[in-house]
Amino acid sequence: MPLFRLSPPFLSGTSRVTLHMIQLLLALVPALIAMVFFFGPGVLVNITLAITVALIAEAIMLKLRDRPLKPFLTDGSAIVTAVLFAMAIPPLAPWWLTTIGILFAIIFAKHLFGGLGYNPFNPAMVAYVLLLLSFPLEMTTWLPATGVTENSLDLVSAFQFIFSGELANGAGIDTISGATPLDVMKTQVGLSELPSYIINQPLFGLFGGIGWEWINIWFAIGGLFLIYRGVISWHIPAAMIAALLVISTATYLIAPEAAASPLFHLLSGGTMIGAFFIATDPVTASTTLKGRLIFGAGVGLLTYIIRAWGGYPDGIAFAVLLMNMLVPLIDYYTQPKVYGTVK
Amino acid sequence: MTQALGSFPGGLVLSGQKKRSTQTPIRRMPLTKILVLPLQQHIGEPAVAIVEIGEKVLKGQKIAAAEGHVSVGLHAPSSGTITAVGEHPIPHPSGLSATCITIETDGEDRWIDRQVNEDISQLSSHELRQRIREAGIVGLGGAGFPSFIKLNPGIHHHVETLILNGAECEPYITCDDMIMRERAQGIMDGIEVMQLALNVKNCVIAIEDNKPEAISAMELALASRTQLKNTKVVVIPTRYPTGSEKQLIQVLTGKQVPSRGLTLDIGIVLHNVGTAYAVGRAIKHGEPLISRIVTVTGKDVKHAGNFETLFGTPIHELLAFCETKRQAEEPFIQGGPMMGYNLAGDNLPVTKTANCILVGVDDATESTTPLPCIRCGDCADACPVSLLPQQLYWHSRSKDLEKTREYNLFDCIECGCCSYVCPSQIPLVQYFRFAKTETMNQEQEQQKSDHARIRHDNRQERQERERLEKAEKQRKRKAALAASKAAKAKKEAEAAAETQTDKQET
Repeated sequence: MPLFRLSPPFLSGTSRVTLHMIQLLLALVPALIAMVFFFGPGVLVNITLAITVALIAEAIMLKLRDRPLKPFLTDGSAIVTAVLFAMAIPPLAPWWLTTIGILFAIIFAKHLFGGLGYNPFNPAMVAYVLLLLSFPLEMTTWLPATGVTENSLDLVSAFQFIFSGELANGAGIDTISGATPLDVMKTQVGLSELPSYIINQPLFGLFGGIGWEWINIWFAIGGLFLIYRGVISWHIPAAMIAALLVISTATYLIAPEAAASPLFHLLSGGTMIGAFFIATDPVTASTTLKGRLIFGAGVGLLTYIIRAWGGYPDGIAFAVLLMNMLVPLIDYYTQPKVYGTVK
Repeated sequence: MTQALGSFPGGLVLSGQKKRSTQTPIRRMPLTKILVLPLQQHIGEPAVAIVEIGEKVLKGQKIAAAEGHVSVGLHAPSSGTITAVGEHPIPHPSGLSATCITIETDGEDRWIDRQVNEDISQLSSHELRQRIREAGIVGLGGAGFPSFIKLNPGIHHHVETLILNGAECEPYITCDDMIMRERAQGIMDGIEVMQLALNVKNCVIAIEDNKPEAISAMELALASRTQLKNTKVVVIPTRYPTGSEKQLIQVLTGKQVPSRGLTLDIGIVLHNVGTAYAVGRAIKHGEPLISRIVTVTGKDVKHAGNFETLFGTPIHELLAFCETKRQAEEPFIQGGPMMGYNLAGDNLPVTKTANCILVGVDDATESTTPLPCIRCGDCADACPVSLLPQQLYWHSRSKDLEKTREYNLFDCIECGCCSYVCPSQIPLVQYFRFAKTETMNQEQEQQKSDHARIRHDNRQERQERERLEKAEKQRKRKAALAASKAAKAKKEAEAAAETQTDKQET
């Protein structure tokens, strides 16, 4: 016989943290399939490794902090962090890269701040930025998408490479790796190439990079599912996409010789995973309605600024962390008018 | 006249669970041997017993008198003998006991003489209020605020609109629904009285759209009343907590009651439809408030329904009458599942505020260890008052009372929407109640210490003043003494001088 709560309200809705996390993972599945299709099964190895390390780290930290294991290990938050992180890093990232990243995310970014609900910064993005700053080479070594080259790395060889750093034929990663479309765009615009010319290269597809555009679309579809299910609200993704669209359209119209098209920005790099899965992390995002709009717009704007004028090809992680810092301020100044205080 | 309805932010669409108790008409709960009547069944000062042990009383006879302004009297619900005046457990969230009058009924149910008034237009509004007060009428929606006060706007306020609250938005409760279905004419009697007492221009009867029978019964009754041309039935969407005073006003008028103000401040007075019925009975038929309609429902109640129950009837007898199998570990609720409270036991009397006894909530919330707040903001989206429960929770938890007040804690109506939607299952309302009580205690402490300080300051001032006065007196006395001494010396000197001159002259 269960014990019942004896204080009002005696009823509760069906919303549960764990249920949110499960739906979030489900919403990632289409994009994951697309990633495997375009970049091979490496991401699956990364995810498995990341989840394992995350759960171990979580358990150790809970033990050290004298917190109950079961409710926190099963809340799904560590798994979500692990999966998002593993999907953000290159598909053939070496095992130690993933391990360092996850340990840093769970131990430093999450538990040292107080665990679930108390971390001011998105743990997956903290880890991502740490690795990007410390191991820029490994973090930018992407594979060209299927359709660009014939890369037929199977699960076994992906596994082998991730753990040994060598391909089956003994060759290094640089024999098969290549730059990402955002990378190419940034470098070549820097060399005064015209974006309209750059996108004719084989790496580029209809709107963005081959493969990347589809992955982004599937992330967006997963995100719409989350909005439909009420797991996330529409405010942050809408504001972020709108801001990115506005500024990229403006620069595209003003200086088409130096700016990529708005659609290229929407469907490249981490735009959609950022908009629907990263920036919407409730713990680290703004909570008021107006605040969410400002937060989302800020992420979109900063992402563009970093992509176009900053030192890195993509800016989602930096943009999210920078906006995380502003959350207390945004929330404070966007409090809704309480009933009876409106004149 | 159709008028666009307003709405309030947030709120919930809940499963009503009202069918279970609306299948049979209102039944009368049989007279029980013992009736236990708490002296306080209303907000304000408790009434004072005016009967003694052993005294025989008649049905409707006053047995306790109002004490102070915010108070009403109490009447014997049936004829019998007073057997005790003393402590007895009362329905209360903390399971308290309080002074109660116990009547052993004689089964005759003999009334006192009742004064029937067919023509109420001859009565002044003051007279009406006085009679409503004498009849012991309080708000029957659940809060129990003395009704005569809410019929007395005073000289500083003008009442534009009287709102009759028949929303009954909480799940399970159907006493207002049933009284509107079956006793619409009686409610109209009461509305006429209230309109006379308040002298209002407009009157609105608000009913949620999940009560079609009540709506048509009320519309039918209204159509037969020539005096109630200014009154209309307004059907409002079913959404919790639309029956809450402030939210109902927002839905009907689009206006907001000022924070920590009164509905009177915007020219509106609200009464529950059950209260209106009681007012009608009191003024037209001379019957004081001695019973009410109680919904008894829940999955453990075999014969759920609405029961006209005398005050003081032990709840366990009412439950036995409905064949209830109460499970010890389940919540046992007075009121609804959202805002009601758990009763400590069933040897408690039915009181004026007992609108519903709920035994067995379907899908009751299990008691789990809440997860931490993940700041999802669902609570803020659900809050009908536009508070930020996640911030309030944060500050209540850390006992930062100053901050909770900054985040408008005292505008929280404790509707429970935030707790309902919380994915971490945090009992938010509990935290807010705690913070409210804590703040009020601190304020009281502060007042006490302020008083003490002022007293101390006054005392010091007085002592200082007295000391100064004393010193002044002393100084004056000294001066006077010195002056008189000097005068004396002078005199002596003069006298001496005179003698001298005399001597010289001689």
